[in-house]
Amino acid sequence: MRTKLVLACCLVAAVLLARNLYVMLLELPDEASQGPIFRIIFFHVPAAWTAFAAFVAAAVASALYLTRRDLRYDAFAVAVTEVGLAFAAANLVSGMIWARIIWGIWWTWDARLTSMLVCWLLYAGYLMLRHAVEEPGQRARIAAVFSIVAVVDVPIVFFSIRWWRTQHPQPVVWGGGSMDPAYWQMLFLNWAPLLLLGVAMAAIRIRQERQQREIEALRRLAHSL
Amino acid sequence: MAQAEARVGARRKSSLAVPGWWRGALVVAGKDLRSELRTKDALNASLAFSVVILLLFSFAFDPTVEETRALAGGLLWLVFAFAGALILNRSFARELANDCLDALVASPVSPAALYLGKVAANWVLLMVVQLASLVVFGVFYNAAWTRRLGALVGVVALGTWALSVVGTLFSALTVNLRLRELMLPLLVYPVLIPALLGAIQLTGPLAMGEAPGAGTEVWLRLLVGFDVIFTALALALSEAALVA
Repeated sequence: MRTKLVLACCLVAAVLLARNLYVMLLELPDEASQGPIFRIIFFHVPAAWTAFAAFVAAAVASALYLTRRDLRYDAFAVAVTEVGLAFAAANLVSGMIWARIIWGIWWTWDARLTSMLVCWLLYAGYLMLRHAVEEPGQRARIAAVFSIVAVVDVPIVFFSIRWWRTQHPQPVVWGGGSMDPAYWQMLFLNWAPLLLLGVAMAAIRIRQERQQREIEALRRLAHSL
Repeated sequence: MAQAEARVGARRKSSLAVPGWWRGALVVAGKDLRSELRTKDALNASLAFSVVILLLFSFAFDPTVEETRALAGGLLWLVFAFAGALILNRSFARELANDCLDALVASPVSPAALYLGKVAANWVLLMVVQLASLVVFGVFYNAAWTRRLGALVGVVALGTWALSVVGTLFSALTVNLRLRELMLPLLVYPVLIPALLGAIQLTGPLAMGEAPGAGTEVWLRLLVGFDVIFTALALALSEAALVA
């Protein structure tokens, strides 16, 4: 059942992605000032949205773990955090490629680049923290506390660094500029396949986590015999 | 004999005047400070480390007044954060011997009070290190840091509270880890970035004896907001962090 659901998610994502790629490469015109490279926004921005959605979902699952103490919530939290980290990396890398073309440099210490890097490091820390704890219950508890602290920290990081330096081109998204409705539409349309892909990846990872727990339980059983 | 007993009784009564929850926090803070002042392990290491970093910075850039003015805030807070990690690491590691942590958790002191007591003790120890580093900084880099002492100490106190709140929570989380000493700074610094950013902006001019420029209230607000939000959050999470 779960396998079919994952396959369905991947299939729908592939179809949507093929259709979106066709439209954005062949039907949408080049952006007036930036030219063809501007199309990277259709992956750059939705990747960030997917990452944030994943981190919020991870924090909710972590809070549920702390109240219910059910390891299934922990498996969900680690799965979506890993997926979120992958999408955050996709956002950072696509942003760097875009910056290389438009600004001529790979990296600049502008507000949103810095914030996203901090965000990425926070959740990389989450995974490293998990790695350092052996006992599953303890690992889940410690990771859950950290995940909740991280999700509260991320918006504060974004606003504080935004006050500090703002050189990122504001008009594109979140800054009161104007983007053609066709571009906006494509931005949201392309979010759907990325989200579906994220869901499929998380589902696979959750199953992996469950199987790992079963293996550990069997190993303990074998030791006790 | 009777007099001594009466005195002990009076002391008990006076300490009972503080409500139970706060008294628990105060007892924990007092215990931590007492045990640290008897060994001075973390305090000495942290003080020595901060002097070493301040020395190293003199090689990193030309320590003229102009250069120092541009870098003072960041330099000081890097020293505070690095040296502070040594104290924060010891905070819960100290309780591992003889299973003291289990005894503390099992004691009638609530986890939140236990946590707050630890935060307060760490804050006092960190403040000692920060103020000592400020003196060394003033001498090494010819900074007129005493000219705006009140404001400077206020900013350092707020920033140190943020360091103490986040650091103590993560110290509790990482206490049983293999890589405890490595994990703590790795987790604390990224979370602390907003507070560090605000503290650096405010400390920079104050440490050189200058008034902070216009528009710096936003950093004070950020610092206070960070302190309030994370104190509340950490108190709410303290039971999950301390009790298995």
